Amino acid sequence: MNLLDVKDLKMHFPVHGGVFSRVVGSVKAVDGISLSIKKGQTLGIVGESGCGKSTLGKTIVRLNKPTAGSIHVNGADITKMSQSELRPHRKQFQMMFQDPAESLNPRMSIGEIITEPLLIQKIGNRHTRRERAIQLLERVGIPGSAVDRFSFEFSGGQRQRIGVARAIALQPELLVLDEPVSALDVSVQSQVLNLLLELQEEMGISYMFIAHDLAVVKHISDYVAVMYLGEIVELADADIIYKNPKHAYTKALIAAIPVPDPTVKKERIILEGEIPSPINPPKGSAFGHRINHPQYAETEGLDMPLVEIEPDHWVAADPCCLSVEDYINARSLVK
Amino acid sequence: MNEDVLVIENLQTAFDTEQGRLTAVDGVSFTVPAGKTVGIVGESGCGKSVTAMSIVQLLPQPAGVITGGKVIFKGKDLIGVDDETLYGIRGNEIGVIFQEPMTALNPVQRIGKQLSESLILHKGMSKKDAWAESVNLLDMVGIPSPEIRVGEYPHQLSGGMRQRVVIAIAIVCKPDLIIADEPTTALDVTVQAQILDLLKKLQKENGSSVILITHDLGVIAETCDEVVVMYGGRVVEQAPVENIFKNPQHAYTKGLLDSIPRLETPRKSLLKTIPNMVAGLAEFVDGCRFCQRMEREGDSLNTRPELKEVATDHWVEACPQCTTHA
Repeated sequence: MNLLDVKDLKMHFPVHGGVFSRVVGSVKAVDGISLSIKKGQTLGIVGESGCGKSTLGKTIVRLNKPTAGSIHVNGADITKMSQSELRPHRKQFQMMFQDPAESLNPRMSIGEIITEPLLIQKIGNRHTRRERAIQLLERVGIPGSAVDRFSFEFSGGQRQRIGVARAIALQPELLVLDEPVSALDVSVQSQVLNLLLELQEEMGISYMFIAHDLAVVKHISDYVAVMYLGEIVELADADIIYKNPKHAYTKALIAAIPVPDPTVKKERIILEGEIPSPINPPKGSAFGHRINHPQYAETEGLDMPLVEIEPDHWVAADPCCLSVEDYINARSLVK
Repeated sequence: MNEDVLVIENLQTAFDTEQGRLTAVDGVSFTVPAGKTVGIVGESGCGKSVTAMSIVQLLPQPAGVITGGKVIFKGKDLIGVDDETLYGIRGNEIGVIFQEPMTALNPVQRIGKQLSESLILHKGMSKKDAWAESVNLLDMVGIPSPEIRVGEYPHQLSGGMRQRVVIAIAIVCKPDLIIADEPTTALDVTVQAQILDLLKKLQKENGSSVILITHDLGVIAETCDEVVVMYGGRVVEQAPVENIFKNPQHAYTKGLLDSIPRLETPRKSLLKTIPNMVAGLAEFVDGCRFCQRMEREGDSLNTRPELKEVATDHWVEACPQCTTHA
């Protein structure tokens, strides 16, 4: 059974304008996303800024109220639950944010920060919570004696470890990680990635790992989903997607990663322009529009769902972004 | 023609703090040949940005002081020259690209005004000519509809566009040297590729030399000719780019290269790491600072290792515990 099941999830934010601040449109940050994560597995989410990947993460842990679609965690439908109904379920899913300096309260000791989730869930007493904080700190590689110190006394890498300790305090089954290592130096980044891998092994946690560094995502993920303008355009086993990307956008993203080897002379695909505004997205293929594809006009109003083009490999049936052969194949699979 | 545009000799830069004077750059020397790109790589706090800002003497004031060494730009030592001379060089012969485009640009001035400033100041152009030249420059750095953008404010542009404007400002006077401090760190990979390409193109057209500061080894491999690896305010290794990647000689360089996940690394395998963290400026030992991080013991902690040339143009800090070349 899947730990997380997301179906046709939409998260639209209203845009107000005019003298009476009427709703004049909406930002379609997440626009019809379906995905699932199995127990103990990692799904990586990649895409450029503004593609909706962070909104997707926040919506899944219900920091936003979804516009449409459904979210099931361990079989329970959490899509429409109120905050009080959600509270007992929150133990199962936690989120960790990018900036270790801003996500930790500077007025709380790190012991208080780590055990705040236990306090909210009314678990244990003062004494046992402190014990637990020490235990968690030591698990993430910080001496337990530091429990009464404040977050600003620590370096970026240590703060991110404290963030991990807080996120695992309730022994969640799902952890949504939003750019957890982007702010860290390479040598510290590898320390935190190893910690996450070890914790997954020990506790069987599932991760949703949101990042823009494709090499990092590939390293930690079982599956990788590529997002463009609020939609998933390709989703596959992590090895498959890097060896055999089908979608033009995935290919461009992979080609843009700088390779740490000066002797590699690879073919460069320099993408022109940037991701368009999600307020007025193109009517047809969003990426086809960016690259001025000659077949763009055909895609206006065309349904381009994700289809399983080969085992463990899904791609949007988009004529602008697939080879002719792949497109014919994909189209034949559209129900 | 094989002149060096910039020669840095034994540069020392310190900061006056509550804990006293702390040395952030401790005897750094390297050269930047004409038309070449030199990358400076290292972790936060290794002194790479302070080194670059010491060249143009844009250190936080009054705390930052250059306490020793020479910065010889086109044959002239810039240390100790008067402010007038520096004004004539900064933005004119040396262009600087800062990391954060939102803070590098003035939010209440039109793009065109910010570009014109240098042209009016250094090239003596009239306002009208400078404005027209600004449109050309925006076009050159690949900004669509430059004649409209030139009249806009920074907040009306996206992050990638803003970074292009910052680059346009740095190259406005066709400088001999461009200092780029983490120019693509805040950008997406796709936009990063566009910006690095643009930098290369402009460098070719103007024949400028570039100092590129980054912590991304992939960016270094793709854009640099020479690499300077810094640790703890010092240069630990310096070599042509192929040598750094194919034949690194210092344990720190090797550690950095090993700790990055690559597309070919087996998925979900544990990465190699460099244990512990960089010490604070106040705690640094005189001797090998990488040995200090590795919690090693011995003589290497007491005496500073010499830089030694182990192959043509390949220099390494000869600590007996960090390299076989001691």
